[in-house]
Amino acid sequence: MSGLLPRDVPVQLIDADGVVHDDDTYAPPSTAALLDGYRSLVVGRRINDQCNALVRQGRLAVYPSSHGQEACQVAAVGALDAGDWLFPTYRDSVAVMLRGVRPADAMVLLKGDWHNGYNPHDHNVAPLTTPLATQLLHAVGFAHAAVLKGENTVVLAMCGDGATSEGDFHEALNFAAVFRLPVVFLVQNNRFAISVPLSRQTAAESLAHKAIGYGMPGKRVDGNDLAALASVLEAAVARARSGGGPTLVEAHTYRMQAHTNADDDTRYRERSEVQEWVARDPLTRLRAHLTSTNLLDASTEAAIADEADATATELRDALNADTAPDPRALFEHVYAAHNPQLDEQYERLRGELARSREDAR
Amino acid sequence: MTMTSERPAATPAAAVTLTMAGAINLALADAMQADDRVLVFGEDVGVLGGVFRVTDGLTARFGENRCFDTPLAEAGIVGTAVGMAMNGLVPVVEMQFDAFAYPAFEQVVSHVAKMGNRTRGAMRMPIVIRIPYAGGIGGVEHHCDSSESYYVHTPGLTVVAPATPQDAYGLLREAIRCPDPVVFLEPKKLYWTKGAVDTSLATPIGKARIVREGTDATLVAYGTSVPIALEAAAVAEEEGRSLQVVDLRSLTPYDDETVDAAVRSTGRAVVIAEAPGFASVASEIAARISERCFSWLEAPVRRVTGFDVPYAPPKLEHFYLPDVDRVLDAVDTLQWDD
Repeated sequence: MSGLLPRDVPVQLIDADGVVHDDDTYAPPSTAALLDGYRSLVVGRRINDQCNALVRQGRLAVYPSSHGQEACQVAAVGALDAGDWLFPTYRDSVAVMLRGVRPADAMVLLKGDWHNGYNPHDHNVAPLTTPLATQLLHAVGFAHAAVLKGENTVVLAMCGDGATSEGDFHEALNFAAVFRLPVVFLVQNNRFAISVPLSRQTAAESLAHKAIGYGMPGKRVDGNDLAALASVLEAAVARARSGGGPTLVEAHTYRMQAHTNADDDTRYRERSEVQEWVARDPLTRLRAHLTSTNLLDASTEAAIADEADATATELRDALNADTAPDPRALFEHVYAAHNPQLDEQYERLRGELARSREDAR
Repeated sequence: MTMTSERPAATPAAAVTLTMAGAINLALADAMQADDRVLVFGEDVGVLGGVFRVTDGLTARFGENRCFDTPLAEAGIVGTAVGMAMNGLVPVVEMQFDAFAYPAFEQVVSHVAKMGNRTRGAMRMPIVIRIPYAGGIGGVEHHCDSSESYYVHTPGLTVVAPATPQDAYGLLREAIRCPDPVVFLEPKKLYWTKGAVDTSLATPIGKARIVREGTDATLVAYGTSVPIALEAAAVAEEEGRSLQVVDLRSLTPYDDETVDAAVRSTGRAVVIAEAPGFASVASEIAARISERCFSWLEAPVRRVTGFDVPYAPPKLEHFYLPDVDRVLDAVDTLQWDD
């Protein structure tokens, strides 16, 4: 069983200063992959900035920023094939967009037009929802169905450190291990569940250590090191695809901003702690590495910045457009089958709408 | 007694006599035979065949990929069923007892019920959650809850409760075909009652049935309260009073049309249900009848329900459960002398 235990120190391939370290097990991705990952990090950071601004402008009801955690999302998406499935948390809208969902569609829940803005089957991404850890069981069931149907699909399910305290986390890992399912669980340990620190979530040596209790390997990885994340996740995905079963990957990262715009993180953590993690920023370290190795020049950097700007502009323009969701949509999809009580209520609403239009004339 | 055959078959199958548990078992087997996307899982449903033997023989006949035991975790069972439905399968899951379904409540309410609406119909949840429910079997605490109100109060769920082997068969086949999630409540007190089952007859979801004609008052019942209503009607007939009995069969969607027509024909109504009465299905039915049939009513609608207490221990449950006397007492109060 000791083969299932995580390392004492998280896997790190590129340190906070951008210096590469050799590892016996994991090799860094190709330079092309790293450069592509850097591009995604920059776009992801720009999306976080833009969404924070859109909250201030009243265009988003709320936004849980993933500023500082973008490498986890970029690596998660990068580890999957097009036919694989991603089960994100509400803080993973960057991952949803990187998967191919139009940015404005990914933000529909937080904009408030509807509960979800994309067809999950279009890009193999489950809906973003706000309950904690429930999506892990959906991921496991999805993978179980894939196995029963003889499909070679891998499912990557994301959650945070707080969610590891939920019962559904336990049940999901247990089911996945018992049925030996092709699931990779990626815990983004950002050290806070709103205000509650990791020490109040677990007394375990690490979250990855929980894996051994289920009979699956646990991996610890520097969650701000895109190279290490990509390498560890790709190995876990390959293991799942080859029938080796699930893996629990704990990414050590940090939520550099408040939980959402509605939160005040000065009430529960010191600025000095935040500053320590700013020094370990996933974006600046990869830029340092790529620049020092002459893989990133000024023109490439400018092209990446243009792409990030274009994405942000598209998102801003889409969210600045005033929309008036049709209230009749409230009834349209509750049931596929006919429901006479809803029909009555729908007709009542239609009548109210017709009368209000007449009054307006 | 009116026997309705809503879907006449081209080649009528001969009716067989089955217990309700046997009828449910047959419905599962027939559904699995008809559609290989249908699979059954839960606790003890495999080799053992379920603690009530409802899934007996399914693993042997269809294999462990179609009917299997899971870890003992109800949220896990329902939560993985959601994922399976997202990936195109049709899970029929068993909760071992009513009160043991509560750990799955978040998955049921937040995902099973909402996923179709959330995704604007892109991801429907054709899941059936089978729950042996209600008491009258001498079960100890946590084995006898009438939990229907929790599910009926959750938009997105369809909730049915058969009272006969025929309806258990017909409703379960329809529930498995239904694109929406169905909570299928099995009155465990009636598991071993026998009746004719014609597998060519469907029981449509959302349709109540008049199970006994009568002219003086209407008894509205479902699940475990249907046989009580019928017995009360038989006793009342001896006393010279003609009681009509409606078996709802479906709680959501609710068949206003049949109930309204029935109550308007008699002018009096008593709603009978085993669950605690406060804010219950019986309360909703009484309110709907009052709103929709007021000018036909000769008396206020009465409810005969369980007390608003936790379900009784075995030696006290006969004090708790609605019975024939309580039903007839309620009928007696329906302002006959005015």
